[in-house]
Amino acid sequence: MFTLLKRILKASWLNFRRNIGLSLATIFILLITISLITYLFLFRQISQFLIAELEAKVDISVYFREDSPEEEILKAEDELSKMSEVKEVEYISQEMAREKFIQKHKDNLLLMASLEEIGENPFLASLNIKAQKPEQYETLANFLENSDFKNYIEQPIDYYQRKPIINKLSSITSVINKAGIGISIILILLSFLVAFNTIRLAIFNQREEIFIMRLVGASNWFIRGPFLFQGVIAGFFATLITILIFFLTCWGLGPKLEIFLPNFNLQDFFFQNLWILFSIQLLTGMILGIFSSLIAMRRYLKV
Amino acid sequence: MIRFQNITKIYPTHPSGGYPTLALDDISFEIKEKEFVSIAGRSGAGKTTLLKLILAEEEPTKGRVFFRDEDIHKIKKSHLPNLRRKIGVVFQDYKLLPSKTVYENVAYVLEVIGASDLEISQRVPEVLEIVDLADKINNFPAQLSQGERQRATIARAFIHRPDVILADEPTGNLDPYNSAEIVRLLLKINELGTTIILATHNKEIINSLEKRVITLEASRVIRDEEKGRFIL
Repeated sequence: MFTLLKRILKASWLNFRRNIGLSLATIFILLITISLITYLFLFRQISQFLIAELEAKVDISVYFREDSPEEEILKAEDELSKMSEVKEVEYISQEMAREKFIQKHKDNLLLMASLEEIGENPFLASLNIKAQKPEQYETLANFLENSDFKNYIEQPIDYYQRKPIINKLSSITSVINKAGIGISIILILLSFLVAFNTIRLAIFNQREEIFIMRLVGASNWFIRGPFLFQGVIAGFFATLITILIFFLTCWGLGPKLEIFLPNFNLQDFFFQNLWILFSIQLLTGMILGIFSSLIAMRRYLKV
Repeated sequence: MIRFQNITKIYPTHPSGGYPTLALDDISFEIKEKEFVSIAGRSGAGKTTLLKLILAEEEPTKGRVFFRDEDIHKIKKSHLPNLRRKIGVVFQDYKLLPSKTVYENVAYVLEVIGASDLEISQRVPEVLEIVDLADKINNFPAQLSQGERQRATIARAFIHRPDVILADEPTGNLDPYNSAEIVRLLLKINELGTTIILATHNKEIINSLEKRVITLEASRVIRDEEKGRFIL
């Protein structure tokens, strides 16, 4: 068994070296396929990041009447925070609201003067709620309208003013997701077909050799072995080159991308996902190489 | 050892048209161990088809072919390599593996039967010495002359000491000097105990051998003589 494996490995490497033109062509095609999958992975990560960033900016605020006791508001906060749809609840008291306003508009003398003029604190206490997903705000709004503390809530809840924006955001993210998946599937299928056909042509070129091997008594696996390992070798080299190209992309593009996506560090992304990426690439390259060879060889082994 | 029993072979119509071709018509004969048998006949008489049937490369339309009492065409596809390892083949167009050196081409057959590395490293140079290719051991087939290629094919055919060697027009592409050399090698292998089946339309070779000749004409056996001559 060991001798057989050794012979198959040796033959694979020799064939790979001696048919270097064909091997390079196979590596190149696999490289394109693996790169495409890698960049689709990157694109998906960036789009997910963007969606998350956008979603993080959406929230609704529930204002409580001036006469609402603070314990009722805290009770409401507690109840909301237990809901699975709720990602985050923040209580902003009247005083905190006033502070925030002052911080934000301290340079606007007119507003500051008006606030001084009013004398008392005109701000209402509120709960700032962030849902897990934009489409859950409707559920939250319904819950608040039918809750025990509905009488303390200043109507209408600001969700209804923000609803069109939230809905639009929800549909945009959904379209980006669906389109991303759809385009990815089509591109991956196309690249798989191109890679499969290249390997098929490479094996078609060697069909006479396969035929001779069969006639001198080689078993199917003794013939297949070297071709499959050549697929593995090509997949391995294609992966190494792709990882290198991808590293250079992240390294070169990272600082520029950070201008558009301030919290997204491409270099960190590369190193954090290095093993996942390497595994995906290696598996793609090898599986493509092996399966294409297996399928392409079938008809020539029937002699 | 090899028995043809009422073999008829008709090649079916090509998918793009034409008529079915009758290659062999009700052929029966037997070849014994250690025999040297020439199959004579014009081009298209059915010589190559006959050899292909022994190698299970083709299936008969009617009849049966036996190799040591085993019906060749009842052998499962997965077991065919076992049959083929008992047969060495010399092709007119050599069929050497182009991406392997002479040494590797010959060693390949030993690798296939699972010979040890030591055995391979000892036997391959020996056999290449016999066929006078010791100095071309690391050459690729494309770097050899026609005669050298055919000698490499013969080395590959008998390196594993098969029970029988099928030689299909082995001198078809060679000059008289190289042809004589190939025949000399086949005779030598036969003397060592291997059955040889030589398909050829070369009159001089057949007449010089003074061995058994089966003559095919229009897909039928018209003559089978112990010390035959090329008569058509």
